[in-house]
Amino acid sequence: MSPDADPPSQVPDGVVQPWGTRSSFRRGEPWPVRVDQYLTVAEPEVERWVSSASILHSNGDGIDIAVTGGRMVGVRGRADDAVNRGRLDPKDRYGWQANASPDRLTRPLIRRDGDLVQTDWDTAMSSVVSRCRSVLEQSGPSGVAFYTSGQLFAEEYYTLTTLARAGIGTDHLDGNTRLCTATAGEALKESFGSDGQPSCYEDVDHADVIALFGHNVAETQAVLWMRILDRLAAPDRPALVVVDPRRTPVAAAADVHLAIRPGTNLALLNAIAHELIASGRVDEQFITSHTVGMEELAERLDDCTVEWAAKICGLEAAEIRRAVDLIGSAQRLLCTVLQGVYQSHQATAAAIAVNNIVLLRGMIGRPGCGVLQMNGQPTAENTRECGADGDLPGFRNWENTEHIAELAELWNVDPLQIPHYGPPTHAMQIFRYVEQKSISFLWVSGTNPAVSLPELGRIRSILGSPELFLVVQDIFPTETTELADVVLPAATWGEKTGTFTNADRTVHLSEKAVEPPGEARSDLDIFLDFARRMEFTDKDGGPLVSWHDAESAFRAWQRCSAGRPCDYTGMSYQRLRSRPLRWPCTDEAPDGTPRLYTDRRFWAAPDVCESYGRDLVTGAAVEETEYRALNPDGRAILKAAEYLAPHEEPGEQYPLQMVSGRTIFHFHTRTKTARAPQLQAAAPDVWVEMCPDDAVALGLTEGTDVLVESPRGAIRAELRLAELRRGTIFVPFHYGYWDLPDGAHPPGRAANEMTITDWDPVSKQPLFKVCAARVRPVPAQDSP
Amino acid sequence: MNGPQYALHRVHGAEQDLVVLLDEITTRHAQDHEVLHVARDLRGWSAEHIAVLTDHAADRGIRLDDDTSGPGGARRLVAAAGHLLRRPDPGILLLEDMHDLYLAASHASLAWEMLAQIAQAQHDRDLLGLTGRCHPQTLRQIRWANTMLKTLSPQILSAL
Repeated sequence: MSPDADPPSQVPDGVVQPWGTRSSFRRGEPWPVRVDQYLTVAEPEVERWVSSASILHSNGDGIDIAVTGGRMVGVRGRADDAVNRGRLDPKDRYGWQANASPDRLTRPLIRRDGDLVQTDWDTAMSSVVSRCRSVLEQSGPSGVAFYTSGQLFAEEYYTLTTLARAGIGTDHLDGNTRLCTATAGEALKESFGSDGQPSCYEDVDHADVIALFGHNVAETQAVLWMRILDRLAAPDRPALVVVDPRRTPVAAAADVHLAIRPGTNLALLNAIAHELIASGRVDEQFITSHTVGMEELAERLDDCTVEWAAKICGLEAAEIRRAVDLIGSAQRLLCTVLQGVYQSHQATAAAIAVNNIVLLRGMIGRPGCGVLQMNGQPTAENTRECGADGDLPGFRNWENTEHIAELAELWNVDPLQIPHYGPPTHAMQIFRYVEQKSISFLWVSGTNPAVSLPELGRIRSILGSPELFLVVQDIFPTETTELADVVLPAATWGEKTGTFTNADRTVHLSEKAVEPPGEARSDLDIFLDFARRMEFTDKDGGPLVSWHDAESAFRAWQRCSAGRPCDYTGMSYQRLRSRPLRWPCTDEAPDGTPRLYTDRRFWAAPDVCESYGRDLVTGAAVEETEYRALNPDGRAILKAAEYLAPHEEPGEQYPLQMVSGRTIFHFHTRTKTARAPQLQAAAPDVWVEMCPDDAVALGLTEGTDVLVESPRGAIRAELRLAELRRGTIFVPFHYGYWDLPDGAHPPGRAANEMTITDWDPVSKQPLFKVCAARVRPVPAQDSP
Repeated sequence: MNGPQYALHRVHGAEQDLVVLLDEITTRHAQDHEVLHVARDLRGWSAEHIAVLTDHAADRGIRLDDDTSGPGGARRLVAAAGHLLRRPDPGILLLEDMHDLYLAASHASLAWEMLAQIAQAQHDRDLLGLTGRCHPQTLRQIRWANTMLKTLSPQILSAL
């Protein structure tokens, strides 16, 4: 046991003090370095440090992996990395241990007589290829679908995109990023013409007001919260505005905390914009020179007074005014947005409403100003860039025939081979098509939909349908692999090389540190093998996928990104080995680009934009001709929607509103984090949070074993009293069934047993935070 | 019946037809969740239009009652193509419903157009304001039907 490891008898450091000690800094000063490290051997025993970055959240913290005797033995934060300056998120501190878990999938599995049995790669892949071919013969490309992850690497997504869109020619490719980042991407397209995070984390260092909308940064991006805490500890601290129905650690540190009624974000945001306009706290010059849509916006917001919103949102008008005053008087305003907006009612309209505030105040393209439309997963940004998530590669516009022609030329295929007759099919629609049996081949990579999608009863029956051939590629057995016809064992972070991009466009190269266990292969090698076996060719008969390893795949992706907003052409593995780089990174900007739109030039002109936009209530497409008339010069777009009541309101039977969310100690369905002892011990089982007043009214006390029920399903959980608004309850979404002795936990353990099947009509992101529910004690006969 | 009365009844009837059709759509396609939820929101717009039209008409002493095109509402207005298939496929039913919704909303839109024109001609600011608030939502209903039809038809028709 080295001095770095936590003493075995104590609660580990990263758990008791998740954000560590403070190192305050003043505005514009560099964020002080603090190197966090966790080793399970004495430091001199470490043979090699291998550079990488975090794979357990979206922050993209630079990490070195310690290796001894071919094994991972610890991690430390990279002091020279601008993202974290040496710090570690608790999940990264301990999560790497899961790589060596004895539960890893080490051989392919195939279903024989109803059971999954071990087999070899050739048998498994032959079976996949032969079924794929027969579905193609029978149903054509529309019978084949792919559902991927937010945790593979860019090279893997680009390969998957190429083989799905140009090889198979299917429109059905999406990622679980649909659940975490779809609204961020869509909101950026609607406001700025194209995807692309406008700001960067350094803006935290400069801002004088930070407004966080539905963004519990303390638990979703712990290291970014450390940065904010270090600014808050300085004498010239920024003011914090926080919108969240729960009193999260972020809300507790806020100057103004608006504990909003779930599902009403848009009403609040429209009122904030209305008040800024009405009181003249807007940048007229910026609006006139750099935006379109002001007149319509003002008209749409005409009735959205603070008093009107206060009633809808369950807030005091005075507290909304205090938030408006901070936002309206900020010199450098930074707004951030996450799942409290993206997974709630009118998601895209509300995310855009945050962009509106930033644009109205002219707060973009300067240090400390702008918006960070966040995401939840480490490589979610890459699914967006590479087109593995219902976008086309390089932020290309599926309605623009020139953009399709570029891809066709790049891949050397007929433009008709690339589906562009409609928007790429989103995940929820893919599952609907499986339900209707028009998709009969589904390949899931690196995700666990049997726990992570809404309304699990429905999802299980879809995935378990006998007509469906289900391929699942993962690193552990999961609730989803249980339903598969073929299971492919994958290598993960630290066992393969590749790049990925965080929520502020920083690209890291993550190097291979150790060998994968058993016969596990990198996702890239699996996709390349599939492409080879399927004999995908270009129109001259050459191989469609002409690359053979991570670095050559990266070069192929660079070519695809050339000339687009996410331009990688100035990068190389060699350059990334010395430091991470932010795109766009080109010959003109070889050191990358911290902030977009410093020149107020947006990727919004009709010929270059990624989308012509959608109706924010119905999702109906805006026609190209309309967009050309609206925005011929490619300015930023002010756009507003009317507030509508949520689709599921609490009522007599289900009087509460349930929101689901994360805890800092787990990631997704805990496949990795539950296999790190410190993280598992910190949050071993599901719970439900309720405010003391609601608990008293129901006669419940802390620790009661309760049933939480919605119209669709139920779970059993321990009650925790917490500070959140009355009538709202919170359930963490991480818990499923794989680690229960009998694989079951009647009536249930996964929050998604209860959630509704409903999604935002614009971004198609499922709404996990709009669910009517009730809570009661577990009936006596069911108690242990 | 004078011009404004005629136009009011036409709009009112078309909106009533839309409500009937949107109700049918939400019942028939409850498993197509986006259709279900958005159709309910769109129904809310039409119901609101009916309410403001009824109020406006009442202020002028006109009683707007049942102006629907009869049982089945808008469905009667268009020829369903279902007879092409021996058994109605749920996907085809959805496409036909989007097709019918497009047409029913177009009927409403044309009626709003007439109402706005007579309001202009007679310098009726109130009525003009009302059409200015409601008609754009009817156009959004049309676009939604068109988008859904365009998005869903490749898969549904490929699988037929």
